[in-house]
Amino acid sequence: MYTYSEFDRDFLATRNAQFRAQVERRISGALTEDEFKPLRLMNGLYLQLHAYMLRVAIPYGTLNSAQMRQLAMIADRWDKGYGHFTTRQNIQFNWPKLRDVPDILDALAEVGMHAIQTSGNCVRNVTADHFAGAAADEIADPRPAAELLRQWSTDHPEFQFLPRKFKIAITGSPRDRAVTQAHDIGLRMVLRNGQRGFEVIIGGGLGRTPVIGKVLAEFIPEADLLPYIEAILSTYNSFGRRDNKYKARIKIMVNELGLEEVRARVERRFDSLRSEWGGADKAVLAHFRRQFSPPAFRVVPTQAYHIAYENDPVFRSFADTNLAAHWQDGYSIVTISLKAHGATPGDATSDQMRVIADLAERFGHDELRISHEQNVILPHVHKSDLPALHAALQEAGLATANVGLISDIIACPGMDYCALATARSIPVAQEIAQAFAAREHDIGGLKIKISGCINACGHHHVGHIGILGLDRAGVENYQITLGGDATEAAALGERAGPGFAYDQIVPAIARVIDTYLELRRDPHEQFIQVFHRLGAQPFKDALYQTGARANAA
Amino acid sequence: MTIRFTPSVVTANDLLSGDVIYLTPHGNWSRIHTDAALFTEQLAAEAALSAAQAQPDQIVGAYLAPARHGPNGPEPAHFREVFRARGPSNYPHGKQADNMC
Repeated sequence: MYTYSEFDRDFLATRNAQFRAQVERRISGALTEDEFKPLRLMNGLYLQLHAYMLRVAIPYGTLNSAQMRQLAMIADRWDKGYGHFTTRQNIQFNWPKLRDVPDILDALAEVGMHAIQTSGNCVRNVTADHFAGAAADEIADPRPAAELLRQWSTDHPEFQFLPRKFKIAITGSPRDRAVTQAHDIGLRMVLRNGQRGFEVIIGGGLGRTPVIGKVLAEFIPEADLLPYIEAILSTYNSFGRRDNKYKARIKIMVNELGLEEVRARVERRFDSLRSEWGGADKAVLAHFRRQFSPPAFRVVPTQAYHIAYENDPVFRSFADTNLAAHWQDGYSIVTISLKAHGATPGDATSDQMRVIADLAERFGHDELRISHEQNVILPHVHKSDLPALHAALQEAGLATANVGLISDIIACPGMDYCALATARSIPVAQEIAQAFAAREHDIGGLKIKISGCINACGHHHVGHIGILGLDRAGVENYQITLGGDATEAAALGERAGPGFAYDQIVPAIARVIDTYLELRRDPHEQFIQVFHRLGAQPFKDALYQTGARANAA
Repeated sequence: MTIRFTPSVVTANDLLSGDVIYLTPHGNWSRIHTDAALFTEQLAAEAALSAAQAQPDQIVGAYLAPARHGPNGPEPAHFREVFRARGPSNYPHGKQADNMC
């Protein structure tokens, strides 16, 4: 993985010293809140319902054990002993005190981490496929390009005050695990005549105006990636609307100008920028690629795995849901679920973080990933180590075998923490997970995603079943969307109809699930496949107890 | 037609801790909702809010939050304010941990 250079360390030290001085001036009264707010936001510090919240970037979701241990230390020393992993591969600390934040930032800098640009109208944390560098279906590791984008966009003087926030996601696989079509820019690696490049998707996003991104360029050679991205940002920065924050995202610009016009403007800008770079970006990218070279894989027998798989049903269940195919023979990608039934999705205690860090060191070539689905991944585990790893996870209460199942829910913090939320998300996720835990393996693959307001941090639009919490006349109310998809077949869910009260949302979901179980042809036909075969109507009928079945009753 | 004023308390977050605080009848700040001054008249509420906003070295983001009379003092009248006065529902953190609600 990328290791900070002396330049990086100096930059961060200077930046942290600046923020320390800004905090001091705020506390002394020399800065008003209006003056301080943009400064703290640029450093990831929010003020939420009950306390400050510090959002720390985990670039493209990659961590090592030392970084994970430091997050655990921060959670214990300055927070309440836990952290919350988010849908943008960040970690949030929910209870820091203003005076402590400069010390927290210094502690992060010790392990090459920071909270810069995790808020504000700038390029946010560049996210990536959480299986990057490990997935069997990958063309190449996208993280060197992600690191290039991260360094280029960090403190970039031209792009610190964009019309609105800007999110970039990147994948090196044809299977999209990074929701690239719901980002301001989504990058999907493709090969053309043996040459690596990227399909560039633009103007995707969820929030109050959900849009599936459109292909701006089918193929941009890897060597031209940075000037092309700069051309997009530059076009957006000039044209994007600053008069209305709800019309300020690039998706609105694409809608207003039309894709063709955007493409023409970007191409013009690209033509003039391309020569200015003079190849420096290419040299840096080559340097990064060396830093992301694969670990020294072991070549040893894998019988231990096969024996455990045949003989231990609990291990088999874990292997069936939580393992993914690795490109290296003999290796697996292991997802550690942070969705124990009844737990807060994405939360890890400091003890769990330390266990995970130890396991990464012992079994996983010291690498960890955080997924946008709010789980932790050990990307490189030799199959012979899987039984021992599973036993260690069981001991730590981290062996929940539910990845991709109904209880593996994405949920934003909702009104339990977030100042923008209109309803709670977490308790709804907890209750759904508990209600279906006993039969979730029978229900099979199903993505439920919950947001506590229309900003859609919980990605509800692209959940097979999406839940959106709203405030309806002073009462929590939950709308259901059906048929969304976050993969390469990205689709926005269709709103089922009127919302449900807090105490009616779990029974409503149960009616959808029961309908699916009745209608599926066999246990292999997943919920989303039944939805594609039959449409939303049978589920709407079940939700609102209308249609032939209700009339016959 | 005049829009009827909803009885309100003045609330904010403490600058240093970020904790939710309420303006009391004595003009100081309390972490406990029932200690708050309940304003039933718009002019008085807005004057109190302005006075609160003039203390930027102590508080952040003051606003008027709907509230009603209760047996022990003012109670929040909207569920968002109920959560602010208590703490999150997934852990016993915040005011509920300190018997502040």
